[in-house]
Amino acid sequence: MSSRLAARSIDHVVLERGEVANTWRTERWDSLTLLTPNWQSRLPGFGYEGDDPDGFRTMPETIAFLEGYAKRVSPPLQTHCPVTAVRRTADGYEVVAAQGTWHCRAVVLATGAFNIAQVPAVAAAVPPGIAQLTTAQYRNPQQLEAGGVMVVGAAASGAQIADEIHRSGRPVTLAVGEHVRAPRTYRGRDIQWWMDVSGLNDERYDKVENLRRARALSSFQIAGYRDRRNIDLNALTSLGVNLVGRLAGIREGKAQLSGSLRNLCELADLKQNRLLKTFDEWAAANGASEAVDPPHRPEPTRLEASPPLGLDFARAGIRTILWATGFRPDYAWLEVPVLDAKGNIRHDGGVVTEAPGLYVMGLPFLRRRKSSLIDGAGDDARDLSAHLAAHLGARATELAN
Amino acid sequence: MAKAKKPKPVNNGVNVEALFGAQEALKNAPEAAKFKWRSTVKWINGTHSRSTVEGFYGLGAEQKHKKKFTFDADHPEIFAAADQAATPVEIVLASLASCLTAGVAAVAQARKVQLRSVSATLEAGMDVRGILGMDEDVRNGFDGIKVTYKIDADASPEDIKAIVAQSQKRSAVYDIITNPTNVSVEVA
Repeated sequence: MSSRLAARSIDHVVLERGEVANTWRTERWDSLTLLTPNWQSRLPGFGYEGDDPDGFRTMPETIAFLEGYAKRVSPPLQTHCPVTAVRRTADGYEVVAAQGTWHCRAVVLATGAFNIAQVPAVAAAVPPGIAQLTTAQYRNPQQLEAGGVMVVGAAASGAQIADEIHRSGRPVTLAVGEHVRAPRTYRGRDIQWWMDVSGLNDERYDKVENLRRARALSSFQIAGYRDRRNIDLNALTSLGVNLVGRLAGIREGKAQLSGSLRNLCELADLKQNRLLKTFDEWAAANGASEAVDPPHRPEPTRLEASPPLGLDFARAGIRTILWATGFRPDYAWLEVPVLDAKGNIRHDGGVVTEAPGLYVMGLPFLRRRKSSLIDGAGDDARDLSAHLAAHLGARATELAN
Repeated sequence: MAKAKKPKPVNNGVNVEALFGAQEALKNAPEAAKFKWRSTVKWINGTHSRSTVEGFYGLGAEQKHKKKFTFDADHPEIFAAADQAATPVEIVLASLASCLTAGVAAVAQARKVQLRSVSATLEAGMDVRGILGMDEDVRNGFDGIKVTYKIDADASPEDIKAIVAQSQKRSAVYDIITNPTNVSVEVA
């Protein structure tokens, strides 16, 4: 956004609470890699130039990449400058931050959707003596005491962490809720290659059938491992991870597990197959069927006949519960009334229509399916900077008259 | 020359537009979405009882069915009862079946799939040593429920499976059965 504003000669400042790539530096686990291949991190005029386009960046590599881009763009950057309040004024906004107060006519919120790790209310009933941590606090298995671990949540984070912790010798029980199953590689190509070429990543927010649902969907159950292995539920079962239903409650020290596991897996299997069918149809329609491997359908999710409905933490030897139950945005500093009842910002493709001059970026399906990817920032910044420039222009005309 | 016939609009008898309209209306009025369902029961004799439903609360006001509905329940003769009506556990199966089937019709309508016939059989296992108090390790309730649908519709087998899966995802009775619910029983 800063480079787009600079290209339009719009005076601006970029406020960063810590360093460039702060969340990647401070709030993610050690082994995490980007879930998108190297080639896909395409920022305007700045792409991947190494010799491993299909690899996945580690956290240090991701930080270096974003630092490299910051060096290239050299935005007017204020680091270590956390914002404590954004308020409306007569002619724009007041931004109160650690290093001073700015008055501006437009504000772009680029703080993302993954600020606070969500923990369900049932956490309050976890028996004392069992350690609890979230994906934001988790670093590596050595941080956990020996013994069993219950990982709650089976989206990308939960599945990756379950895989890693189980391999460390701490037996994992994975409580599975709604999840989006996907293979890392399909017909010899990366899932993100398919998402990119088929146009799915470019699908616009005003064209998708159920936007609310599309925005709430959890991430693909995939990892960016060097060996490109899947981390779907079948892969975890083969590893020895114990799959159980959604954690529905805790009573008298025992977990109550939902009996809906079979249906959640069926939904995920059917949804995955629909996605793969979309890819097959795209390949057939675009003469690409020969260039890729033949189509196939992954094995349906294997489950035991009667998955357990309860689990005694003590008897099962569970010493730690890891909440991989998603994140929510933190707008505690936003004193402009534009949040819905769930604490999400109301916006139309990043334009906060109720507060002219206020914009938001980097949220799931903000303007396109790829809006939350590094790859989506360029297009969204182009669109929103144009809107922002028009807003400033209109305001200038209004004042001149 | 044969004229291409205009396809008949899908009609499963579900007013999906009204349901989507309700979604839209409730978005800004979450209080109106809070419902209370009620029933009363009267003991008749032995294991025979009669439940009545009529009023419920929703959309911020007391509501009423078009008429009073009653449901008798009893136990079969092999339990030394009069077998005047279905057992309560069979009524649970009937509830689940009706809820899922209503969902199938609604989801099919929303996905523009014409249904021609929908039927299902349900079977639930139970070890009655639980209810007879013979073994503390045996639970009173079902040890599992198996629902098998037969559906004839203008859709692929995969799409039909997806409709049935979505119906489970949105079903109240499915949720009531698969997840724990706090129950408080008092004597007034």
